[in-house]
Amino acid sequence: MDDYAQFKATYFAECAELLGDVETQLSELSTGSQDPEVLHAIFRAVHSIKAGAGAFKYVQLAAFSHEFEALLDRMRDGRIAVTEEGVSILFRASDILSAMVESAENEETLTPDFGKEILDEITFIVKGKVTEAAAEDDTAESSAEGAQNEAEASPDSQTLYHIKFAPKAELFKHANEPLLIIRELKSLGELKSIANLDRLPPLSKMDGEEAYIAWDFILKSTSRFDEVEEVFEFVTDDCTLDITVETAEAVEDVIEKIDEAPIDQAAQPSSAANAGAPKAQAAAKVTSIRVDLDRIDRLVNMVGELVITQSMLSQQTSDLPSEQFPNMVRGLEELALHTRELQESVMAIRMQPVKSVFSRMPRLVRELSAKLGKKVTLTTIGENTEVDKTVIEEISDPITHMIRNSLDHGLESTEDRIAAGKPETGNVSISAEHRGGRIVITISDDGKGINRAAVLSRARERGLITETATPSDEEIDNMIFAPGFSTAEKVTDVSGRGVGMDVVRRNIQALGGRVSIQSTPGKGSRFTMTLPLTLAVMDGMIVQAGGSKYVIPIPNIVESLRPAKDSLKRLPNGQKLVSIRGEYIPLCALHEVFKIKNAIEDPAQALVVLVESEEFGTTGIVVDELIGQQQVVIKSLESNYRPVLGISAATILGNGKVAPILDIEALYRISQKNLHKSSPSSNGDASGGNDTDLSPALAGELSGSIASSTDIHLQSPG
Amino acid sequence: MGAAELNTAPISQDQLPGEDTVQHGTQQFVTFAIGTEEYAVDIMQVREIQAWTEVTVLPNQPNYMRGVLNLRGIIVPIFDLRRRFNQGKTEATSIHVVVIIAVNDRIIGILVDRVSDILTVDSGEIRQVPDIDENDESEHLIGLVTAGERMVALLDTGSLFKRDIINTNISAAEEALADKN
Repeated sequence: MDDYAQFKATYFAECAELLGDVETQLSELSTGSQDPEVLHAIFRAVHSIKAGAGAFKYVQLAAFSHEFEALLDRMRDGRIAVTEEGVSILFRASDILSAMVESAENEETLTPDFGKEILDEITFIVKGKVTEAAAEDDTAESSAEGAQNEAEASPDSQTLYHIKFAPKAELFKHANEPLLIIRELKSLGELKSIANLDRLPPLSKMDGEEAYIAWDFILKSTSRFDEVEEVFEFVTDDCTLDITVETAEAVEDVIEKIDEAPIDQAAQPSSAANAGAPKAQAAAKVTSIRVDLDRIDRLVNMVGELVITQSMLSQQTSDLPSEQFPNMVRGLEELALHTRELQESVMAIRMQPVKSVFSRMPRLVRELSAKLGKKVTLTTIGENTEVDKTVIEEISDPITHMIRNSLDHGLESTEDRIAAGKPETGNVSISAEHRGGRIVITISDDGKGINRAAVLSRARERGLITETATPSDEEIDNMIFAPGFSTAEKVTDVSGRGVGMDVVRRNIQALGGRVSIQSTPGKGSRFTMTLPLTLAVMDGMIVQAGGSKYVIPIPNIVESLRPAKDSLKRLPNGQKLVSIRGEYIPLCALHEVFKIKNAIEDPAQALVVLVESEEFGTTGIVVDELIGQQQVVIKSLESNYRPVLGISAATILGNGKVAPILDIEALYRISQKNLHKSSPSSNGDASGGNDTDLSPALAGELSGSIASSTDIHLQSPG
Repeated sequence: MGAAELNTAPISQDQLPGEDTVQHGTQQFVTFAIGTEEYAVDIMQVREIQAWTEVTVLPNQPNYMRGVLNLRGIIVPIFDLRRRFNQGKTEATSIHVVVIIAVNDRIIGILVDRVSDILTVDSGEIRQVPDIDENDESEHLIGLVTAGERMVALLDTGSLFKRDIINTNISAAEEALADKN
């Protein structure tokens, strides 16, 4: 086995982050940013990737990143201008870099000339411009380049290098060791080293973390200039370095000078002050650590347990007389406070900015717009909005799909835009914000909007609605979420492969979210999706039926009520209805669906919880009573059992007992299925005779209205 | 989730017959009883043993399942071994025992009358189950062991509750529902 597997894993995790950074910064650059920090950031990221690649001996990756870095280096100090063409090369280079990192991670071997094209391009630019720069400049830099050329010209002859090397405190903080550098220098040739103690303060003033000693090296070597420079590669930012090529006489002078100097200067206190200066520039303290997700999950689980234990304790002791046990009662109150705070902080650990998803979108847009021949600007807003890690993982696909959809179907072609009197470049924006304990993500474009006539005719064609139905504009717009619906005249390889917005909607619903669309013809469309901030906890209403407790997700609940006897009706097929404010709402009795014994059979004696779902509209769930509202920790049933129809997950109540969380859409489907199976006559027997039978005429009208309402929602039950 | 959360030592979850989990080719089993019949599972599978407490009934659960239990944050299904072997429902009281075992990466509980003892058996002493069983129960046994005067049947827990803990898709659950209606 690979002894370094663990380090490699860390390296690749870091690479993924660094490549993400590169991506973000490149997008910034492509929008014409002049901020030098952008190039510096890209440079640092590529440099770090290179350093790791070198350490793990990923030769190809190291070689490529070296060239990439060289190009960036010249761009950041202005020797190569940052042109549009240059940025595009950077983009392609970063793609190659990602591919190489990926193949290194999967231990695959790439062909030796992988990425050669771009490499050649980079080399051409770098080499081409370097000579130019060297000719123009008259500074020490150019003399160094000149020396380099000189050294290259006569590789066999020995060159004398004078190296002034003064480490800063950061060098040690970054775990570098001057001794190793000196040894490496020594391996290049004949080395004479002189320690320069000028900065050394008296012992009493010495700071253990400071760097006081500098060195002067005289190296006699056949190595080229850049080979000598490379020895200091990893410490260039953390030291003062000056490498010059000397003639033999000059070297002698230097040695003499140094030999004389130190004694009288060493004791000067001012040097301590000088040495203090770099300390201020020290790199910002490390403020984050990398933690395995499993460990966090375990922590979250245990805190969940603690919360349950705490609520159990407070339930058990709620009738404790506080005058008799004042300390006990106060202690329990504090415990409740602290557990709540603990739970909040633990949940906060898992919160991450949506940036990790948003940052992938500029690239998607760039690629797609090139493929589609449309000019598009992407704006992202609120990328620091935080959401639970579990949600982050799930929203990437829906967002990608909606962006594809906006670019492909939403935005018009450049010609059409000009014809419509719009700016040539289309705008797509994606934003995230917190609203009412949920995250709202909107994706909008300024394209042509939804072609309602086309959608309507397609819906009729597919039999999704009846020929006579006249849905509202909003209803038509939301038909694009119907299964198997696609209005694109031709199937493109960008989107419109049949798996369309219906999959997007289903995935979002599976997360407890909603998605809708608003569209203005000629002006554009806007997708709005709202999601819970976390998939680990949920607000639930605890209800009881026949002695068992169940949880209904609060977001689904509209209201709850005890229906009046005369508001209960029944259709000939056995479907029970409740009439509320003039509307007939189908009922679904929990005890019937789950065959619970000892439940209240008569809805007039029981409670009806009205729940809403995008799939079937409003329905009433009949339960015995409401117990109360509570935040519940969501637990999987599947990890040790199998999925159960009608139940989405489970939770643990204050008394330590398990309570199932109802999947109301599945409940509705089961109740509809049961309805089709049982004959009306047997149903009449079971209903206990409390319901008023409707006249056939009214019943017909009602079933018609229910049917049309299901049509509008485009989901026929079953 | 899973075995790692339980603080009993999860050394090995193998339960193959004849696998040497103890030195010198011996294996240890935890034995428990339903009435006068004795059964056993490999000691390495057993996570803990606890007294019966009320469980939460799930809709459409198989008749031999009692419900689910909260085991320190993990939801664990509890099966009635007597009912599983079609010998009627166990009238569970607080002196009845639930044996929590690991079956591959899943944790389940079996309701039994009582736990007897730990049996150390030489692999050579495990006898084949005679193939004369008419109600297919023997296919869930991996062997028979004689302990003094008693006969102990070694359970193959994986096959015993295969239907309930292996089905991972909802369509299987839906089928189960359709079967019932």
